[in-house]
Amino acid sequence: MSLLALPYWQETAIKLGLALVVIPTASLILVYLFLFKMMAFMQSRLGPNDTGPYGSLQLVAEAIKFLQKEDIHPAQADRRVFRMAPVVVLASTFLLYVVLPAGPDAVVQNLDTGVFYAMAVSSLSVLGILMAGWASANKYALLGGLRAAGQLIAYELPLILAVMGVVIQAETLNLQGIVEAQATGEIFGFGAIGNPFILTQFLAFLIFMISAQAELTQTPFDMPVAETELVGGFHVEYTGFRFLLFFMAEFGTAFAFSALAAVMFLGGWWIPGFDVDDNVLNILGPGVMLAKILLIAFFIFWVRFTYPRLREDQLQKFAWKVLIPLALGNIVLTGIFKVVF
Amino acid sequence: MPQLPGLIKGLGVTARTAGRTLFPKRGWKTIIPAPQKGAVTVQYPHEKEAPPDRARGVIALHEENCTACMLCSRSCPDWCIYIEGHKVKAPPRRAGGKPRTVNMIDRFDIDYALCMYCGICVDVCPFDALFWTPEYEYSEPRIADLLHDKDRLGEWMDTVPDFLDYEAGSEQKVRKVPR
Amino acid sequence: MTATSDREQMAYVSAQAADARINVELDTGDMTLNIGPQHPATHGTLRIAARLDGEQVIAAEPIMGYMHRGYEKLCEVRTYPQCTTLINRIDWLGSFANEVPFILAAERLMGVEAPPRAQWIRTILFELSRIANLSLFLGDMGVQVGALTPVFFAFRDRERVLNQIEEVTGGRFHPNFDRIGGLKDDIPKGWVDETRSVMVKMRTFCDEMEDLLVGNEIFQARCRGVGVIPADMALGYGLSGANLRASGIDWDLRRDANPGLAWDQIDWRVWTHPDGDSFARYWVRLQETREATRMVDQLLDGIPSGPIMAKVPRIIKVPAGEAYISTENPLGEMGYYVVSKGDLGPFRVKIRTPSFNNISVVPWVMKGVYVPDVITILGSLYFILGDIDR
Ligand code: SF4
Ligand code: SF4
Repeated sequence: MSLLALPYWQETAIKLGLALVVIPTASLILVYLFLFKMMAFMQSRLGPNDTGPYGSLQLVAEAIKFLQKEDIHPAQADRRVFRMAPVVVLASTFLLYVVLPAGPDAVVQNLDTGVFYAMAVSSLSVLGILMAGWASANKYALLGGLRAAGQLIAYELPLILAVMGVVIQAETLNLQGIVEAQATGEIFGFGAIGNPFILTQFLAFLIFMISAQAELTQTPFDMPVAETELVGGFHVEYTGFRFLLFFMAEFGTAFAFSALAAVMFLGGWWIPGFDVDDNVLNILGPGVMLAKILLIAFFIFWVRFTYPRLREDQLQKFAWKVLIPLALGNIVLTGIFKVVF
Repeated sequence: MPQLPGLIKGLGVTARTAGRTLFPKRGWKTIIPAPQKGAVTVQYPHEKEAPPDRARGVIALHEENCTACMLCSRSCPDWCIYIEGHKVKAPPRRAGGKPRTVNMIDRFDIDYALCMYCGICVDVCPFDALFWTPEYEYSEPRIADLLHDKDRLGEWMDTVPDFLDYEAGSEQKVRKVPR
Repeated sequence: MTATSDREQMAYVSAQAADARINVELDTGDMTLNIGPQHPATHGTLRIAARLDGEQVIAAEPIMGYMHRGYEKLCEVRTYPQCTTLINRIDWLGSFANEVPFILAAERLMGVEAPPRAQWIRTILFELSRIANLSLFLGDMGVQVGALTPVFFAFRDRERVLNQIEEVTGGRFHPNFDRIGGLKDDIPKGWVDETRSVMVKMRTFCDEMEDLLVGNEIFQARCRGVGVIPADMALGYGLSGANLRASGIDWDLRRDANPGLAWDQIDWRVWTHPDGDSFARYWVRLQETREATRMVDQLLDGIPSGPIMAKVPRIIKVPAGEAYISTENPLGEMGYYVVSKGDLGPFRVKIRTPSFNNISVVPWVMKGVYVPDVITILGSLYFILGDIDR
């Protein structure tokens, strides 16, 4: 059931406009709330407080500053690849937003293979990072790019395997379907709060969050950036607006992954015990989603500000020896339970 | 590989600090967030940091006491005090005494672009003419303006705090600032 | 030069382990990575030229001198009181501790001894600067291994200690408070109580670091077994301070060769750790910071009354002679070898700084480690650039 029936091009235009607004806003919210304010509070500071009310426009100011900066290419850089890399990374972020549902109809494209699609496009960013690392003609950037490639590929697996549990339980790859399944689900006959999969798939949730942390290259898995070792890693040579693209992509992706986690484990736009019309949910849904996303993002950043970083080999060991077996075990268990109950 | 306890303790530390920064008030007022109070940082242009009284901020010159003896200038490790003076006849101190010669300073400049704030000049001055004050707001856009002449150094005299009392057991005498 | 001879030369050079000074861009097997001179992990301008095979270091060589300020030479053209202002700036995080051995050496040459109250306050300030110095290390090590928050805690709490130092001396970083024969001034009223409360806060800080880093499994995974320096190697390379104690050698100049300060009159212990790895170095420093707060507490209780200045002439002329005094500074053994010819200033000052010797172990300890470990090891060896290059 659609709210409005519009011609295809009008709908597309609206969606495009929305996407262009939503993604920068999303990174803005995350950066302001967590990177600026929460981190500052955790370190007994105030954070930015002069630009705008409570410093909320700081990021806008920073963006303007970045836009004014000179666009520098290293002399030996592979210019075309160097320029393309941030766009590729950002494209991966944009594509992720396509399937994120914020209400029964508030979704750009309701793909039947939503989960599959999201996982696939999220790994596109590796390409951009590798391109950036290689094209910069900088040893630090190269090391960072290679680390990123190794790490993102290693953590793609547990990520997907963790999601499998959810998919098995929901019996669909469609993200809307997963929300639906959680809304109508029951835990052993008790259905008042639906069945947010975080309860029945807690292990998967943990694995998902850990791998997402690695996918987002946040501490403790931030070796590709590793400021104190690789001084910024793959984006060490980027300045001005190209760096801004990387920055936006980083936080845009963080937002998207929080949204994915919210959809798959916290019930998405569904409000537990709140049975209302779809149209109302279309309005309320984004708000509910946002709240859940911020909750998830809070954990991501909390961990980021607290932990030291692992070493590259330890990270790989952790992925292959701990996370993947756990995720596989989770799938087996879910399968058994699915058949038994 | 990571086991829980240590990791969770770490999360606890950061969360506690965030809580203490956001909600520094005690009692029922705890629920009112007041990060301005909880943060340890000083929001500089809005509020000023108060350095301790002994802080070496800037040197003040009490011109009347200075005899242009050049001791400070000579003992400065990077020679950034410039003094010129001349002798004048002054009326005798007591009636019927001999007229005295006193040194008048024509020029007394300290180049704060060179000064390393070591405090030797203040220390060696035998006539109590130099004093530290904790003022610190005298940066200049032009480096040449950091050369303070004797009028400027004299103005700092108003900001010189009194010398502090000493802790018990001290045999030092508390000095007085000439006003 | 043809391409082949070029490559031959490179092969030859890479065969000689410590060849990293030559910047070979496209060697077949390995590449040279210049860590520094402007790299966040070197806190200053140290350059580590590392030869990498993948991410593994084949050879690493520290290249120093980017911050050489020629203090030894400058001291020769300055009087004794002027020298202290320079000496302040060697190890800029614990600068009061720098002054003490130099002044003690000059005092020994002159044959004067500071009155007990002065010695006692010297010891307090010495330990305070140790706390200020080490607490920054405790936080900074977190940054080296990737944790953002500890260093902010360190700055926050170090500031309290620096404030205490500033309240006495007038200088946060460069106190210049020691005089030959005593101290410049006495401590102000109320300072003792304030310092005591700051020490309580510093102990809380140590607990926080314990929870944030020492107990953290990731931190342990990063530091345990990384950069192991066995005891004989540590001695061989002339390490001192916590780096040596972390290798299991019970050696502390405060106890073994106390040059007259109040350390022998209080109750404290020397911490050692048998492992000799980065974790041990962190742990030892953490314990030392704790111990130092306890020492300050005891010292504050027992300040004797009396004058703070011995009888010395106003214009200081040091009789001819030589003296070497070293003390256990926050970073290790810092010693001054002062040669006097009876002038206003020293004829020659040789400064033995701990960081210089500590960093000399780098080529040995960094063979075969990974790039992230380079940073961990550098962080845990804990050097101060001014202390290396002076
Ligand atoms: S405080 Fe400045 S002016 Fe005074 S002696 Fe030191 S360097 Fe010279
Ligand atoms: S030492 Fe004192 S009296 Fe002598 S010139 Fe300097 S300020 Fe004047």
